[in-house]
Amino acid sequence: MKALAALGRLTLGALAAVGRAGIFAFATLGHLLRPPFYWREFGVALMQIGYFSLPVVGMTAFFTGGALALQIYAGGARFNAEEVVPSIVAIGMARELGPVLGGLMVAARVASSIAAEIGTMKVTEQIDALVTLSTNPMKYLTVPRVLAATLAVPLLVGVGDAIGIMGGFIVGVNRLGFNAAAYLKNTADYLQPWDVGSGMVKGAVFGFLVALMGCYHGMNSGRGAQGVGRATKAAVVAASVLILAANYLLTELFFST
Amino acid sequence: MITLTDVHKAFGANRVLRGINLTVPTGKSMVIIGGSGTGKSVLLKCILGLVTPEQGRIEVDGEDVGHARGGADRDAFLARFGMLFQGAALFDSLTVWQNVAFRLLRGAQKLPRAEARDIAIDKLRRVGLKPEVADLFPAELSGGMQKRVGLARAIAAAPEIIFFDEPTTGLDPIMSGVINELIREIVVEMGVTAMTITHDMTSVRAIADRVAMLHGGLIRWEGAVGDLDASGDPYVDQFIHGRAEGPIESVR
Repeated sequence: MKALAALGRLTLGALAAVGRAGIFAFATLGHLLRPPFYWREFGVALMQIGYFSLPVVGMTAFFTGGALALQIYAGGARFNAEEVVPSIVAIGMARELGPVLGGLMVAARVASSIAAEIGTMKVTEQIDALVTLSTNPMKYLTVPRVLAATLAVPLLVGVGDAIGIMGGFIVGVNRLGFNAAAYLKNTADYLQPWDVGSGMVKGAVFGFLVALMGCYHGMNSGRGAQGVGRATKAAVVAASVLILAANYLLTELFFST
Repeated sequence: MITLTDVHKAFGANRVLRGINLTVPTGKSMVIIGGSGTGKSVLLKCILGLVTPEQGRIEVDGEDVGHARGGADRDAFLARFGMLFQGAALFDSLTVWQNVAFRLLRGAQKLPRAEARDIAIDKLRRVGLKPEVADLFPAELSGGMQKRVGLARAIAAAPEIIFFDEPTTGLDPIMSGVINELIREIVVEMGVTAMTITHDMTSVRAIADRVAMLHGGLIRWEGAVGDLDASGDPYVDQFIHGRAEGPIESVR
């Protein structure tokens, strides 16, 4: 009976948390549509989330593309289908691995940093100070970050796709003996614009979720270093799980027919 | 004038304020004293609307604070206040002058950037900081300098009411004296209504026109600073002399 009660409490707690995060998301969208808009904070967030995430997203994509080429080659060799390497690397990177791994890397880098920054602002009364200075913290802190991530992550995904395909190309040509021109032609022939477009749409959704979770957990951070630490961890875990769940739903939506 | 009538606030089972009645006359400096965790900061936050009381009425110049909880009304209401936070609460990502001029760079009181910077430097000078400090970041300043920057920010937009939350906590006695002196000068010079919360009896005597003691969620005693030593209240007496023995439990 006690175990059942504990399970019930856990379920209710989880549902309440989902509800609170949902209200936070709607409030963010509401503030996004109403002035004022803080352009300077938006520009800073765009640099922090987009530009400074390029190295980590690029490296992730490069090594993933290379490993993917090796895996597809090894698997394809079992039924004499090695020639599918360029097309599967390109489609796999653009549709799935580019947005998902890029999103997860951004979640690790950005959700944690946003949650830690806003959480620290909360425990040092900087959020209260904003309010006393007639500035809405949702508009000043959350909206610029969420919008910047929603716009920057699709671009990161696009760049990551190109770097990942390049990683596959380098491994394919230098390690697996593909002809360079044939590899590129095969990639171009089979890669459709919607493969890249769908990955970028996924990127926009993942970017929104990452920044939203960072801001939500930062704003609801507990007291002291431990509270900020917990908020940071919760932001990364929530953003990662939401990315994987949203990825499944979007894949169903885009490619199930 | 700030008037609090029967203000109650609880956090879960912890009833922090249990019916606060207090009047702060216009242009006077009221200092609230009381032990840690007695709700002094909550009281200030209730007035500013950062915390919503469950019961009671708070008025600023006869206007119910509850009416100014959203939109333009709230901005206009908050524009009347300046606040110095306990840890200064400076924004780490902004330079010192941008912190001081925060309100002047956005919203209804927005000024051209150069003008806002000039006012910020002027306010920094007023609190004893050199113009060179303007382009530093808060992390590059000592605790005392951060408090001064917080004070400059609190007065930058010429508020009518200023709140000081533990203004000398964490500072050495000399810097505490400097901050106390600055607060007193600014309050007199600007003719503002001030509310300060502190444990520091040196601050109380330097800053206050009137003193109120908060204990057990109620105002135990309120009177002129000159009457503090002869209050006749055992709680006030124990607190101002820092005695372990008395009606206030030392383990709370």
